[in-house]
Amino acid sequence: MLRIKNLHASVDGNEILKGLNLEVKAGEVHAIMGPNGSGKSTLASVIAGKPDYEVSGDVTLNGKDLLDLAPEERAGEGVFLAFQYPVEIPGVSNVNFLKTAVNDIRAYKGLPPMAAKDFLKMLKEKQALVELDKKLTSRSVNEGFSGGEKKRNEIFQMAMLNPKLAILDETDSGLDIDALRIVANGVNKLKSADNATIIITHYQRLLDYIVPDYVHVLYDGKIIKSGTKELALELEEKGYDWLTKGVESSELKVKS
Amino acid sequence: MVEAMENIASKKAQFLSNFLAKDTDVNSSLAKQEALKALENLEFPTTRDEYWKYTRVGKITSAKYSQIPSFKVSDISNYCIEGLETYRVVFVNGFFSEELSDISTNQGVSILPIAKARKENTDEIEQYFGKLSKHKTQFFSALNTVFNTNGVFVKIAKNSILEKPIHIINITNAESAAFNPRNLFVVEENAEVQIINSYETSSGSSFTNATTEIYVKEGAKVDSYILQNESDTSKQINEIDVLQESNTTYSATTITLNGGLVRNNHNIEVRGQGSETNLFGLYLTSGNQHIDNHTIVDHIEPNCESNEVYIGVMDDKSTAVFNGKVFVRSEAQKTNAYQQNKNMLLTDDASAYSKPELEIYADDVKCSHGSTTGQVDEEAIFYLRTRGVSEANARKMMICAFAHEILDNIKIEVLREMLEIQIDERFVLVESL
Repeated sequence: MLRIKNLHASVDGNEILKGLNLEVKAGEVHAIMGPNGSGKSTLASVIAGKPDYEVSGDVTLNGKDLLDLAPEERAGEGVFLAFQYPVEIPGVSNVNFLKTAVNDIRAYKGLPPMAAKDFLKMLKEKQALVELDKKLTSRSVNEGFSGGEKKRNEIFQMAMLNPKLAILDETDSGLDIDALRIVANGVNKLKSADNATIIITHYQRLLDYIVPDYVHVLYDGKIIKSGTKELALELEEKGYDWLTKGVESSELKVKS
Repeated sequence: MVEAMENIASKKAQFLSNFLAKDTDVNSSLAKQEALKALENLEFPTTRDEYWKYTRVGKITSAKYSQIPSFKVSDISNYCIEGLETYRVVFVNGFFSEELSDISTNQGVSILPIAKARKENTDEIEQYFGKLSKHKTQFFSALNTVFNTNGVFVKIAKNSILEKPIHIINITNAESAAFNPRNLFVVEENAEVQIINSYETSSGSSFTNATTEIYVKEGAKVDSYILQNESDTSKQINEIDVLQESNTTYSATTITLNGGLVRNNHNIEVRGQGSETNLFGLYLTSGNQHIDNHTIVDHIEPNCESNEVYIGVMDDKSTAVFNGKVFVRSEAQKTNAYQQNKNMLLTDDASAYSKPELEIYADDVKCSHGSTTGQVDEEAIFYLRTRGVSEANARKMMICAFAHEILDNIKIEVLREMLEIQIDERFVLVESL
């Protein structure tokens, strides 16, 4: 489904991703872990199409080249990014925003706008899925939401847009255990054989609730180790040092 | 030096020669005499005057104005608010149009062209006319006070609650003509009225120099809307002077959708306890437009509240100015005053000058003011786009959300809906910077 080959990304001349490769198949859940500053959030932003980066390499979703597409076109192709820090947008109501989003994506696919009745029905269903307070739906996007409500709102939007590839960027950060359970529950319910999920996280904790098929360690702009869910447990226990030391010394060797 | 002064003097004489005092009986009005005297001494305002620091009036004062052509409007519906029943007073190129107006009134309200009222209600007019306007100190106010030809005199009798708003429609289509509309509202004790004042250009460019005086007597409520939608080359100076007695509410919403040069001077004197003043403004500028809103709320008596929010969106090379002054006099304890100005710049070439000011002489008051100027939040645009919202729609959503804060205060529902649609349509085609 998602194929990333030799992806480089830099911002203001600083290279952050340095030749990253990754393949995610339909039905799979991949976790990307790594220490601070290794490039995890950059990877998420680059896939979603944030304009601040200079990017080279290949990123394809079901064979379609994503790097040439605007963020909204990528969303149309089925990419969804749950933000680490969801943006507050005063004055734009959640409902109107979602209606525009749903219909702009339908327009991208050549479909007519959704009937108001069907939209409201979907809204109610998906709201229940992430146990989102009804009042929050009619309020301005994320304005005055608590950290947990913002994250839940991200998963609610994901449910509404039904993406093929969902990237959850540090969705667990700032969540208490109940909120984490609700969010994880939502993600698990949305999982199917046709879609895939990338979970970016610091901690093993979220992976207790959303079990990954593969775990990758991102360090210094590259994936330096891949494994199964057991790798996450190992990282929890040993930290990253045992992996990253090797990388540094091998780089030194190359340089010398 | 002498030459320069003579030059200025002759410029003023030349400018004033554009205007004809129709009513030569100057003695009939004290205010007119005062204004005539003031005009002799007052010069054109310049940017050296603090009050006019950011607004040059050269475009107004150096223009030649032709005689006002007569022109007929056959269809007024474009200028009316669809679905809203109103009393209607229509001025076409400054002339009162009897056939387009509908001022057949019930008991408790009288609506008259001011020229007519001056003849029929001379004493009453004299009691109010020019008692609030700034004609002794402000050049354009003096100009209006001397040369005004028409406008409307409205009186709402005690305890009358008007069942429909009064809509005053000013339409111009003149190529370089000047108008001095003058309005006078007397809202008597415990009366309630909604007023809509719209300024529209059908074609051409004109200079409208309007002055409006509003008396809000004890317990009365006035809800006023000023809609400015003139051509890109039109110029307008609009002075509104309000006197609020005790336990009154005066709310005004000024919406400037278009206009080449617009200067609004909104002056509120709160001379009574327990009163509430709400001033809202929305200005959307584009091209080389220049929109300037000056407000003064003068709290003289205790236990009053004032709320002020002005919001602007500036595109292209346009400029907006906001200067809001709130005075809290020493007697005006327990005053609650809030003032906010927010500007959104859509380009690097657009500018906003913002100066909220508080002058407080009382010690037991709650006052706050603030001002922000920024661009569309690009993080928010990206966020919306990752959800599939097109860039154009994302920008439109952000800008409209910003503007809607003002529209939400409009109490006349169909007017609010009309403006929402107009503003949404306007920003449909805003592309990336």
